[in-house]
This record gives sequence, C-alpha cells and structure tokens, in this order.
Amino acid sequence: MSSTKTVSALEHLVATEKKATRDGFGAGLLEVGKKNDQVIALCADLIGSLKMNAFIDEFPDRFIQVGIAEANMMGIAAGLAIAGKIPYTGTFANFSTGRVYDQIRQSIAYSHKNVKICASHAGLTLGEDGATHQILEDIGMMKMLPGMTVINPCDYNQTKAATIAIADHHGPVYLRFGRPSWPVFTTAAHKFEIGKAIHLAEGSDVSIIATGHLVWNAIEAAKILAEDGISVDLINIHTIKPLDNVAVLKSVSKTGCVVTAEEHNRIGGLGDSVAQLLSTKHPAPQEYVAVNDSFGESGKPAQLLEKYGLGVADVISAVRRAVARK
Amino acid sequence: MADVANLERIASQVRRDIIRQTHFVNSGHPGGSLGCADFFTALYFEIMDHNPDFNMEGKNEDVFFLSNGHISPVFYSVLARSGYFPVEELATFRKIDSRLQGHPTTHEGLPGIRIASGSLGQGLSVALGVALAKKMEGDSKTVYALTGDGELQEGQVWEAIMFAAHHKVDNLIVAVDWNGQQIDGPTKKVMALGDLESKWKSFGWEVLHMNGNKMTEVLSVMAEAKEKSGQGLPVVILMKTDMGHGVDFMAGTHKWHGKATNKEQTENALSQLEETLGDYPYNEEI
Repeated sequence: MSSTKTVSALEHLVATEKKATRDGFGAGLLEVGKKNDQVIALCADLIGSLKMNAFIDEFPDRFIQVGIAEANMMGIAAGLAIAGKIPYTGTFANFSTGRVYDQIRQSIAYSHKNVKICASHAGLTLGEDGATHQILEDIGMMKMLPGMTVINPCDYNQTKAATIAIADHHGPVYLRFGRPSWPVFTTAAHKFEIGKAIHLAEGSDVSIIATGHLVWNAIEAAKILAEDGISVDLINIHTIKPLDNVAVLKSVSKTGCVVTAEEHNRIGGLGDSVAQLLSTKHPAPQEYVAVNDSFGESGKPAQLLEKYGLGVADVISAVRRAVARK
Repeated sequence: MADVANLERIASQVRRDIIRQTHFVNSGHPGGSLGCADFFTALYFEIMDHNPDFNMEGKNEDVFFLSNGHISPVFYSVLARSGYFPVEELATFRKIDSRLQGHPTTHEGLPGIRIASGSLGQGLSVALGVALAKKMEGDSKTVYALTGDGELQEGQVWEAIMFAAHHKVDNLIVAVDWNGQQIDGPTKKVMALGDLESKWKSFGWEVLHMNGNKMTEVLSVMAEAKEKSGQGLPVVILMKTDMGHGVDFMAGTHKWHGKATNKEQTENALSQLEETLGDYPYNEEI
C-alpha cells in the first residue's frame, strides 16, 4: 500500500497553537452575547474556571451568580427559558449532569426548555483534582434524555463556534468541554453545524470516529499509521446526539471497520452510539478507545490519558485490532 | 370588591372536580388538592391578572407555578373552569393519550402549564427564573408559586429561598401548603420542619400567615402579600390548610394523600359539596 496519498490527506491537520476548549467557550459566550440580547449567563461559583469574565464585564445585567447551588441554577435557567431568554448555565461537567440529573430531566428536558448546559472540566484531562471531579459518564446521561442535543467539540475554535451556534437551536443542549491547553487545528472560520460531522481526512482502510480532545490524538495516530501504509478515514463527531448517521455509515461502508475515540466511559458514550447505528444498519468490526468502566484519579492530563488507554498509542493499537478483524 | 360567595361556589365545584377526577381513574391525590381548592380558586378567579388564551412566556401577566405537582386535580380544575381548556377534558385525567398527565407537564401542550412538576423541590427555582426575567424586561407583574410543606424537606428549596433574598427577587409570592401531612404521616413525625416562620425570616423573606381554607382570609392576606411585594424582599405566606378540606371523612389526615374514593365514598363526598357550575360529563368510554 502506498502511503503518500494518506500522508498528504493529513497534512492540513496541524496544530497552530495550544488553547483550552473552555477558553473557546468564554470567547464564544461573549460573541453570542453581543449577537443576541436574550442570552443570559448563569454560574455556580466558577466564573474564572468557565472563562465567563469577558461576558460578565460586557453584560453585567445579563449574568446571574447562583452560588454553589447547581440544582437551583438549573431550575432558574428553566424559568428564564419559559420567559423567552436563552440561558447558558456554567459549572463543571460533573455538577452540570450527575449532580442535577433530575432537575435537568424534569424542568429542562421533559419540559423542553431552551437551556444551554455548558459543562467544563469534563473527563480525565481535568487532571489533578481527581476522580470526584473527572466525570466520565456525562455523555451517556445526557444523551439518554429525549430531546437533548449533546455536543463535545474538539478544540478552541470549534468550542467557540459551538457556543455561538447553540443559541440558534431551540431546545436543550449539553455542551461539553475541558480544562487543559489543547492543540488548536480547526480554523476560526470553520463551519460548525449541529449534528453535522466534520470529515477531516479521506482514507480507505479504517474509520476513526472521534470526539472532543481525542480528535487530536486520532489525528496524531492517523499520521503515524499513514507512514505504515494504513489509510484512515477520519471523522470529527462534535455532535454525539443527534449523531450524523449518514457520515458514519458512509465512512464505515467504505472502510469496513471503525475505531471510536472519546474521553468518556466506554459504556454510554460515542462508541455505543456508533455501535447501535452500525449493528442495525451496517455491522462492522468496531474497537473502542475509551475509559474501561472505571473512575479516574489525580495526575497530569497526558499521564491520565496514557494510563487509562486514551493515548495516541492506544488509538493506533485499536486501529490495528479493527483492521485485523475485517 | 371580591364576590366571596361566588368564589366559594366555584371552590365547591372545584372540590367536586377533584373527587370525580380521582375517583374515575381510582388514582391521584385528592387530599392536598381539596385543601388547596380555596387558594387556587382565589388565585385564578380573583387575584391573578392572567390570560386564559395561554402564552408560554407569560409576559405582562401574573403567572403561577405549582411545585408540588401531585395536587394536579385542583390545578386542572381551576385551569379548565377559568377557560384554559374545555371542562370536558377533565374526564381524561390520568388516562392514556390525555393532556392531563398524573403530574402536570408541558409535554402534551396543556394550556396553563409552563413546567413539569412532580419530582419535588424544583418549582421555586423555576419561578425565580421567570421572576428574574420579568425584572430584566421591566414587566411589573407578579410570579406566584405554591410548594408543599413536606416538600420543604428537599434541599433545592432552600437553595432557592437563599437565592431569592440575596438577589432581592421581590416580585415573587410563594405560598406553603402547610397541612402538616405527607405520604408517610404527619410531617412532625416524618421529618419535622421546625419553626418555619423563623426559618423563612432568617433567610430574609417577608413572612405572612393565613388560613388557606377561609376565602375572606385568603383574599385579604394575598392582597397584603401583593402590597408587601416590590419592596426588596420576597414574600412567603405560610398557609395553614386542612388536607381533605370540605369532605368530613377526608379532612385532617394523610390517608387521602394519594388515594381515591370508592363509589360509596364518592357519593358521600359529593353529597357534601354543592354542584354549582355543573359537573363535567363523564363517559366510561372516554
């Protein structure tokens, strides 16, 4: 197999700098606040962590400090939405989901309120704070709620674009992003459309379908695999629900096998969504790059990703397993 | 001046609606509903400036939130009787394909309902959100909410209570249905609420008391609450009610919290409640 074409398909995927996805949220919040005066931000005592300062400086009257009371924040957001506002709630992913699942379920999802649940510090890359804060089950919890849109962007630019885009979508949204500085490879101008996968690279041997921080690891893995002559069809799924079924099926129909990659428990995340689709529409070998049904621990983001099987090497070995099963 | 006699006539019909709704499906929560019939009647037929041509956002009108959603029969009755949807629809309560779910929901598009409730403790937070939005919009109307007393055992309620005082949400009037009963027995036995007046006061609220089963008192205290609003403090009314009020064998006990009357009991109950506005038709086939 010639690898020249595969390598060139990946050449444009270069990190220009490193920035946190939560910074993308902060920048997006400011911009969407300027565009739409119905946007209201709420925070449960984590303004700095969520990078909400710029919005608050610009629109102090459209910010509500709720204190350490996430359940109340979700209810208030539902009430603001009833009255026609577009509330963006801000706290860590753990406190945005598991802590307030019933509030989201009854007052937001079941009641179909136009609330944007913005969740930072998701996954292992939260780092040193450890497992109490490193939620790995949030995608599963949120995607099980009827009517909930679940978005997990991959870098600064995409998070910023997603933050702006969700204001124009009427209905509850879970927007998941993270804490660490992370390679930025999408451009500020790149088009973000809810529910529309981004085809990063054309390939023929295996599909890698990745979300969030793991998209960059998938890119790095694809580059190494290309040197070995394995051609990766690389897809960035920023919207986990609704899943872009067409893009997934088109890719897997072409390659015949798939690796899913996500910073989440292997149970209930993107991998399961892809598996559910494939099992009914186009059965194909699938390998998971995900946390193997465990909690995390304290450590540096890179150490944690490696220890829990989410590193570049893990993506590569998953690809080899998937290809071998074809 | 409010026509007290007329409001009492409406409340009697609302109580009949409660007994009949729950009886026909042999489920639902008649006890708390009966206890709050006077309060709901006063709210929807006298106190609130509201529009039965329902608009979800509720701009420039008073809005009400029911946090203890299990007393849906009284809510549905007053909504229907005040024109939000046909009274005949009360016959579909808790039945398949109905807009009148066991607990209130927006999911089926029932006019008058702005949020689902039933999982306790969430309604005050939602009411706060609407009250804040009204302030942002310069809308001078009032947000009303009702919470159960047992419901005050939920922590989220106290998050909302703390927030309201801190943010000076003074366009919000909350009533506590203080009937002293919950599913497992008297609140004193299950989980004592302690000194409710001191608790609300120390959280920074204006506290009023009223007998929620005396129409003249409901009207006067609600008027007082309205006068006290807009002055920097949220207002709560500790509303003493008698669970099951209006039906002698149902009054004052938690036994009828979530239990419907049988045929004989229903006849007995209805014989104690004057039919003033006409019962909605009930057809077994509905």
